[in-house]
Amino acid sequence: MKRVGLWVGLGLLIVGLVATGRGGPAEAQAQKTLVIAIGADQTGMDPQTVQNNESGFVMSTIFDSLVNYRPGSSEVGPGLAESWTVSPDGKVFTFKLRRGVKFHDGTPMDARTVAEDLDRAINPNNSCFVPARKGVDTYDEFTFGSVKDNSVAKMTVLDDLTLRFTLPDPSAPFLSSLAMIWQGIMSPAATKQYNCDAGQHPVGTGPFKFVEAVRNDHITVEANPNYWGGRPKVDRIIFRIVPESATRMLMLERNDVQILADVPPSDYARVQNNNALQLYKQAGLTILGVAMSNDLGPFKDRRVRQAMNYAVDKDAINQGLYAGATTASQGMPPVLWGYNKSVAPYPYDVAKAKALLAEAGFPNGFSTDMMVYANPRGYNPIGGAKLGEAVQSYLTKVGVNVKITQYEWGAYLARFRRQPWEGFAIAGWSGDNGDPDNFLGDLFEWDIANGRARTNNTSRHHSPAFDRFIRDARRTTDQTKRAALYEQANKLLHDDAAWIFMNHTNQVRAARANVKGFVLNPLQMFFNMELVSLE
Amino acid sequence: MLRFLRWRLLQLGPVLLGVSILVFFGMHLIPGDVAQLLLGDKGTDADLQRMRHQLGLDQPVYIQYFRFLGGALQGDFGESIRTRQPVIWEIAQALPVTVQLSLAALAFALVAGLSIGVLAARFPHSALDTGSMVGVLVGVSMPVFWTGILLLLVFGGILGWLPLGGVLDGTLAVRRITGAPLLDGVLTGRWPIVWSAGRHLVLPAVALGATAMAAIARMARSSMLDVLGLDFIRTARAKGLAERRVVSRHALRNALLPVVTLVGLQLGLLLSGAVLTETIFALPGLGRLAITSVLARDYPVVQGVVLIAAAVFVVANLAVDVLYVYLDPRVRYQ
Repeated sequence: MKRVGLWVGLGLLIVGLVATGRGGPAEAQAQKTLVIAIGADQTGMDPQTVQNNESGFVMSTIFDSLVNYRPGSSEVGPGLAESWTVSPDGKVFTFKLRRGVKFHDGTPMDARTVAEDLDRAINPNNSCFVPARKGVDTYDEFTFGSVKDNSVAKMTVLDDLTLRFTLPDPSAPFLSSLAMIWQGIMSPAATKQYNCDAGQHPVGTGPFKFVEAVRNDHITVEANPNYWGGRPKVDRIIFRIVPESATRMLMLERNDVQILADVPPSDYARVQNNNALQLYKQAGLTILGVAMSNDLGPFKDRRVRQAMNYAVDKDAINQGLYAGATTASQGMPPVLWGYNKSVAPYPYDVAKAKALLAEAGFPNGFSTDMMVYANPRGYNPIGGAKLGEAVQSYLTKVGVNVKITQYEWGAYLARFRRQPWEGFAIAGWSGDNGDPDNFLGDLFEWDIANGRARTNNTSRHHSPAFDRFIRDARRTTDQTKRAALYEQANKLLHDDAAWIFMNHTNQVRAARANVKGFVLNPLQMFFNMELVSLE
Repeated sequence: MLRFLRWRLLQLGPVLLGVSILVFFGMHLIPGDVAQLLLGDKGTDADLQRMRHQLGLDQPVYIQYFRFLGGALQGDFGESIRTRQPVIWEIAQALPVTVQLSLAALAFALVAGLSIGVLAARFPHSALDTGSMVGVLVGVSMPVFWTGILLLLVFGGILGWLPLGGVLDGTLAVRRITGAPLLDGVLTGRWPIVWSAGRHLVLPAVALGATAMAAIARMARSSMLDVLGLDFIRTARAKGLAERRVVSRHALRNALLPVVTLVGLQLGLLLSGAVLTETIFALPGLGRLAITSVLARDYPVVQGVVLIAAAVFVVANLAVDVLYVYLDPRVRYQ
């Protein structure tokens, strides 16, 4: 009899577990909780010491930078600094900070505390000096320059609310770099308390305060009622880590989560056909192409490079292999200011390609090499080899025979970036700070002082006219004027055809239809979540 | 018995040493440089050199191994390269979740597998027998990621009876005592937590335990059939014992031996199956930690996880051997 009772009990338990159905306890309803599903866990939330997207997603709700990106844009607007001035020579940046802002731990935010936090980026004598810390990948040298080569910025506290940076060279992109989430301002008290590493105890000034992080499970942040930009419209945000995309999709459909940070192309239609869901999609902050050795082989002739652009059906590849990625026509994605809207991608035109090749002295085509890698990248989700094969088959039709060699990623980078290779190589880039200079300058500029291509100008593109535009834009502080310069540079670059310009992968998110006020930011982070509400 | 235990535990040392050598050099054979992976495609040469030096990657592999070994012998597995947290901390976060999942899966496999196997043997060649054995065959053939997705889709998605993943409802938080939410809920006496944790455990435990359940059922059936045909069973029946008693008291205990051996072997499968199950059901366990660390070439964490898993496996098999003594009085260890 005892045993029968046991079995009945067990049965009841199982039935009970199964039948309770959906719906959490009552406390869930009282609070407005927004759940965002992300594919991997953060690796730390101290802005200066991490560089991965998942850390950035969470940090963008907790931290402000000196300047912030405007909602939905890569343009720089006020952040912890209400206003700023730039000296006419473009070297001195003076920031006026907001009065009365406090860090989440109560530490007042003023010129001194901000300087104390940023001191770890530029002062090698600071005991928490970030660039020297073990295993840390940081944007500090990218933003402030390097101590080693004396290019580091000088920082001065002028008064309680005024902070000044002096750069060795004029650099308008400095503002964009300061706005990056990787330059979010951490409470110096927290850095001190956690012995230089508050990565699992982040304290910022942003719209949400850190509550808890459970490894590989979730991160919770709650509304900061005193946020200077207005109280957030939801009470808390939970970032749930769900590695499997099929599980994420089911969770969205069942309203267990309200936003997906990432949607595989196979699910686009499923989201679009569901009235309760909405798909957010725009060109991402990336560029993908096939670089050509601009200074070696047949590719020295611009007509050959243009012919390669005509010979490849980029739209077909982008539809077939890249889930409808935006076709590229110039050196940067259309979500950035400075993009030249009047420049269209090279159309697919085999006859034109053949004519250009004949004109350049290759009526029967030629043979050359192509370097590829296998692994996926953020700017190239299918990896380099598949793209290489697609391009190879198109080029055969105009008489260009390509021999493909595949390298392991580390070896690929070593060859691609540091050796004078000849032929084709798969090239790509994810933007860092949302400034056009971060695409055009990094990828296509000549290092005049040292007489060689810049490190990531792997196609060794060299056009003095282009370089002048880039240099002038860096020295100009007025953004409208800068945009005009970059538009001209993009036109030049398109005609120069340094790469076969392929595409910009899309930034895609999905949300429940009752999520209002959510906008994609070109920087891919969850900025301005204080504006998001659940209706 | 004590001598046997001591001897077996002493063997743990060489086993772990061998495993650590295999894993360490295996990881270093995989192409890909962790410093390069950390820096992505942007770091300068100087960054790369600095990073490699800081992480000790510029040393010969055998020196790196001895450094690791030296630390490990003192209980220091180093820091995760990716998160810069102590490896021990990372494992401590993940291990209880996997232990909870594996035990639940094992419990399911044992209860369901034995019941099906015994019932099938009790009525051999009946519709019940054929039906359950076909069902079990399907269970044995289905890979865990497939079972998992299917269960998730049906019970989580379409029917909506059970949660879709995770260990707890997002609105609940439990004070961490053991790290296994179900147990922590019991220890803190918070029944909503126990309830929620239990509901979250059902699907992953069934998915993970399905293969083991099927194997156990088949083994239990055949072993039970063998035993039921033996003389002492006929004697028991001849004494006029109720059939229930014959099966549960006399036959089952004797039929259990091969099943126990099988369970010992299945434990290894449960540990490896946890990698996929935890990914599908978004559980923050050891399997997930292992896979993210391997992909990121996070050597210290991979090393730590594999050593822990190997130790668990060895100890579990030892427990099985000890269980033999209890089940079969003829077994003696010298």
